[in-house]
Amino acid sequence: MNNVTIDGIKTSVPEGSTILKAAESIGVKIPTLCNHPDQAVKGNCRVCVCEVEGSRLLSAACVMPVWEGMVVKTRTPKVIEARKTILELILSNHPQDCLNCIRNQNCELQTLAEEYFIRDNPFSQKTRGLAKDYSTPAIFRDPDKCINCGRCIEACSVIQNVHALGKVGRGNKVIVAPMLNGSLADSPCVMCGQCIHACPVGAIGEVEEIDKLLAAIADPDKIVVTQIAPAVRVAIGEEVGMETGTMPMDVFVSGLRQLGFDHVLHTNFTADLTILEEGNELLKRLKEGGTLPMTTSCSPGWINFIETYYPDLLDNVSTCKSPQQMFGALAKTYWADKMNIDPAKIYSVSIMPCTAKKFEASRPEMVDSGFRDVDLVLTTREIGRLFRMSGIDFDKLAGADFDSWMGAYTGAAVIFGASGGVMEAALRTVYEVVTGQTLENVNFEVTRGIEGIKEAEVDLNGTVVKVAIANGLANATKLMDEVRAGTSPYHFIEIMACPGGCIGGGGQPITKTNAKRVERINQIYVEDEACEIRKSHENPEVKTLYEEFLHEPLGHQSHHLLHTHYTAKNKKVL
Amino acid sequence: MSYKEIIARYAEVPGGIIEAFHAVEKELSFLPEEAIAEAARVFKMPAAEAFGVASFYSMFSTKARGKNIIRLCESAPCHVAGAAEVVAAIEKELGIRMGESTKDGLFALEFTECVGQCQATPVITINSKPYLDVTPAIVPNILAEYK
Repeated sequence: MNNVTIDGIKTSVPEGSTILKAAESIGVKIPTLCNHPDQAVKGNCRVCVCEVEGSRLLSAACVMPVWEGMVVKTRTPKVIEARKTILELILSNHPQDCLNCIRNQNCELQTLAEEYFIRDNPFSQKTRGLAKDYSTPAIFRDPDKCINCGRCIEACSVIQNVHALGKVGRGNKVIVAPMLNGSLADSPCVMCGQCIHACPVGAIGEVEEIDKLLAAIADPDKIVVTQIAPAVRVAIGEEVGMETGTMPMDVFVSGLRQLGFDHVLHTNFTADLTILEEGNELLKRLKEGGTLPMTTSCSPGWINFIETYYPDLLDNVSTCKSPQQMFGALAKTYWADKMNIDPAKIYSVSIMPCTAKKFEASRPEMVDSGFRDVDLVLTTREIGRLFRMSGIDFDKLAGADFDSWMGAYTGAAVIFGASGGVMEAALRTVYEVVTGQTLENVNFEVTRGIEGIKEAEVDLNGTVVKVAIANGLANATKLMDEVRAGTSPYHFIEIMACPGGCIGGGGQPITKTNAKRVERINQIYVEDEACEIRKSHENPEVKTLYEEFLHEPLGHQSHHLLHTHYTAKNKKVL
Repeated sequence: MSYKEIIARYAEVPGGIIEAFHAVEKELSFLPEEAIAEAARVFKMPAAEAFGVASFYSMFSTKARGKNIIRLCESAPCHVAGAAEVVAAIEKELGIRMGESTKDGLFALEFTECVGQCQATPVITINSKPYLDVTPAIVPNILAEYK
């Protein structure tokens, strides 16, 4: 331990601690910009500089380790002047259009500019004039706003192992750019959107499509139907000033009706359906010697990743469409028929924690209903903006129920939102199908949590099934390298592209730390516990769907509407 | 020799990507995207990182340029000795501006920092060979060597 004094406060911290960590431990706040609590230290923005007694130069708190007897001052006039100058220099290269920015009021640079009362910047304003990149349907980049912190690069390369982004050039000309200084669409970007959470400013964001929804709602010839993904409810409250997980589902539904949606349904319904299709697919592969291990297919970021980096292993992916796309295909067939609505009039909107879902919905093959199955995908953040714009007071809003036929769900569907949830939901069903016995304790705790790779074994009537769960694509890489090498011991692998699963998806409220992801995960299981039915095969509306329409899992109708095949992306430079 | 063959020769050299890039430039005068992607494969690094290396060093160009690279010193001693007139003479002789390449692909024109020959300013280099005490009058003769 080292004894240090920070702003006159004496404390003792482990050797090797940085000034920043030591200050945090005693409640002294030092401003940061390039620093990210879950990433490696970068030390490139210098806004965290402090005075260290005996040193002529200021020290960057995020990188400077403490020593025995160190005396640090974090608020001297010299420090404040240096920080202000650093901020002014960054701002002199940063477009001054906060009012129009997607991160207005949620921007680390804007917050610091306010905290340090930057008024008249003595440096002349000179932006780089770099072009915006709208090459993908999911994510845009506005490189002029980039402050070169490098956090998006680390999210993309270290956490996701995608390597779409890199630094280009040198010195004051350096920029962050997609691979080979090209467009995002030409890079291996999987559109997971983790770079959006990493970005301290508005240099990366989701492609906003709120206006399309407003136009559809205003169109009297369109019947606007929405589905809500399992991970959205726990986080949507954060967008309207509520604590994580505290937005009641019925109030959320009511809020969506206020926005003008004609029918509010739930992706959870098709999450339950996915379990029946995917569970039976796994059993079929086990019985008939199909390709194993089978991996899940719910996460479109993961699908983009395997199409890009492991196209030789596409046979391992479940043929099930994602719950979003199953919902889309059924809404304009089964549901339209049941509701006696002309499917041509249905405008199908999904509310997703995900940016890659925007791309998934736009895949040319996703038209099995005879129409584009899902017309529009809005992220949790976009719905948050709509709620704020509409001025809905959620404290006073009375709750409302989901609409019929595709709104019922079980706890097994709820947990799709967290890493390990699909696996746990599948095990709840597969266990009962195989053993014919009732599963008394439905909680498979071992599948839960934010840990990167989890594994478990389940005894199904004497057959031991080995499963693994990965969240974050760098972890997926480890499992898929084993599969490629033929050494994978598993039968079934759940992969979610985003750390923590969908609750940490690229479309969720800006998520600054993994601690927030853990909070959302905990809330997912609270919601599961509160569900009366917690096994997918007991969902009454799913049972009705099979009786009236699909007839059996993996049957003819299912094959046509609910299953698909993915193809290699063949990115030219990989 | 193709860029693939050139890069392969450095595959076992630790950190060989920079040497491989120099060798490719010697052959092609610049680093095409395909060569950077190939180097990324050979040296087992992401293409985004390999491009970072290629774009970091000013001697490398990721854009096509003429075969013979003429570099004019833009440091103070050459400037004082009349580098501006030499620049004008070369631009006139080749019909291109600084930073451009001739249409026939024979010459590229770039600025460089000091090349350490300040005893005989102004200085230019062509393919790294220095020419000393350059005057506008002798420019055509120097360029003729490469035509």
